[in-house]
Amino acid sequence: MSDDTAKDAEVEQAEAEDVEAAAQPETAYGCPVSYSRGQRVIHPGRDQWLDVASQLLADGWNMCVDVTAVDYLSYDSARDLPDGVAAERYEVVASFISHRSSERLRARVQVPGDDPTVGSLYTLYPGTDYLEREVFDLMGITFDGHPDMSRILMPETWQGHPLRKDYEVGVIPVQFKAPAGKGSE
Amino acid sequence: MTAVEQAPTADSADLERPTSEPVEEQMDGQLHSLPRRHAVLRMSEVRAAELMDGETIEGENDQTMLMNMGPSHPSTHGVLRLMLELDGETVIRSKPVVGYLHTGMEKTAETLTFLQGPTNVTRMDYAAPLFNELVFSLATEELIGMEIPPRATWIRMLMCELNRISSHLLFMATNGMDLGAVSMMIYGWREREQVLRFFQKVTGLRMNHNYIRPGGVAADLPDGWRDDVLHLMEMLPPRLEEYDILMTGQPIWRDRLQGVGVISRDEAIALSATGPILRSTGLDWDLRRDMPYLAYPDVDFDVVVGSYGDSFDRYAIRLNEIRESMRIVHQCLEMMPEGDYRAGDAKVTPPPRARIDESMEALIHHFKIFTEGFKVPEGEVYVAVESPRGELGCYMVSDGGSHPYRMHIRGPSFVNLQTMPHMMADSLIADAVAVISSVDPILGEVDR
Repeated sequence: MSDDTAKDAEVEQAEAEDVEAAAQPETAYGCPVSYSRGQRVIHPGRDQWLDVASQLLADGWNMCVDVTAVDYLSYDSARDLPDGVAAERYEVVASFISHRSSERLRARVQVPGDDPTVGSLYTLYPGTDYLEREVFDLMGITFDGHPDMSRILMPETWQGHPLRKDYEVGVIPVQFKAPAGKGSE
Repeated sequence: MTAVEQAPTADSADLERPTSEPVEEQMDGQLHSLPRRHAVLRMSEVRAAELMDGETIEGENDQTMLMNMGPSHPSTHGVLRLMLELDGETVIRSKPVVGYLHTGMEKTAETLTFLQGPTNVTRMDYAAPLFNELVFSLATEELIGMEIPPRATWIRMLMCELNRISSHLLFMATNGMDLGAVSMMIYGWREREQVLRFFQKVTGLRMNHNYIRPGGVAADLPDGWRDDVLHLMEMLPPRLEEYDILMTGQPIWRDRLQGVGVISRDEAIALSATGPILRSTGLDWDLRRDMPYLAYPDVDFDVVVGSYGDSFDRYAIRLNEIRESMRIVHQCLEMMPEGDYRAGDAKVTPPPRARIDESMEALIHHFKIFTEGFKVPEGEVYVAVESPRGELGCYMVSDGGSHPYRMHIRGPSFVNLQTMPHMMADSLIADAVAVISSVDPILGEVDR
């Protein structure tokens, strides 16, 4: 099928670019670039994040469709990051779309576990309002400059951030037998 | 219902969010394209409850009223709660309060294998469950780097387009109900039920199908499916004509929707709105055409756009998207290839039932897939599809195990909800209901 071959070509191209990148590290907007399954990913540092984002906006990436975060606390193997990017516990992941060129771009920002804060995209991309609140609520990463850094899905009085890897999943033990002396034959 | 003054008082500073934007606006961002950003109410629920409990603050100038709407109100589509600040009957500011259906599905996904995953995600957008399964499966397949047989692709496309039809029919029903066209509610549900009956025949369930799975689909289409689909395709056009007569050209309907809940293109883009809301502003953006997946490049269809960005445009777009989906369904009927309905990769898809009796290997594969699941290579990927509500995305991280390390769903309803305060600003309460309806949020997907 045509789209399969197109996909193959895309993957090959991405691999070729990977090889190229090994020879001479590719950068875009002043940050290292990597390819994950053919998808283009930039790795801005936490300090340059807002600068990079404003460059993205100026460069035609006119919509930030998604902001999420990953807690790499229990990720055992070494992560596939380009040279010069130090792995930290959290990663804020933002996806951008350019309507003009019909392309996607993803940014992965490393956020240290002992200081989980990162600049907010709100003034640049106001559509990240709820998405950043969701990350704050569930992952406990604070976005500096956000007008309303409050919980959105969990109750306001909730303690803890459920999507962190050190947040235990609640378990209700299943009782297969009636307790002794109660209804047992 | 109690009076609340416009500006926050000093003693409640820790509870009440500032009403004006505290953010420095020197940056050249998209915030400037939101002229109605003052309409976003930022107040904690605790503070709102205090105000509603009878604590009255006399304002110096105008007195406004804080009113609670929902979470169980017939026109809030499930459990959406709105805090409305009213001046008389005019909505000044508003805040959607969500989370009532939050069950931590993204956390749950980390405890389920990739094969069990679709049972979880299908419950998010319960009006369009097949799209959730699709985006989850596409993300998993992208990580594995596997190809699925053409028949599976076309079955997915057929089922998803039928699901788009049923989802938009549900919108027709609820939109009619919210605006007082009660007979439309009955008609919409009636037609939707016909589509769901076909789903039941194919997947065994009306909703929450767990039909699209990594590697293909759960079962081949049943005997006589072609006739059933043709029957649906014959049934729908005259019914859609009926809707046109009942609503589209009808003056009361038009008065209720035209010019109500207007949003500009810049606002929609700045607020990351997708789907019919974005298209109602005239931007022809549809992932099926602009970032194609499945076999969408092989079918002909038009992207329906509006021009005014009002509730009427969004209604008309959805009505006509039903027609476009029918075009795609017809082409699926013509072009449906023969062959396997799931990939032959024994490590990923369970073996056919008959093979288990003959082959020890098949039995082992079957056992391993259903106990420990299949392993997915390390990596991270973001995949998006065009659901009836907009861009439905799935960000998936695998650490090489049989469970997703992290699975995030970008729900279009959740993001689109942000447009609500902007659309409602300075409109009447009755129009606020029209706005909620035309955003068409599914709260299962908002809260996840």
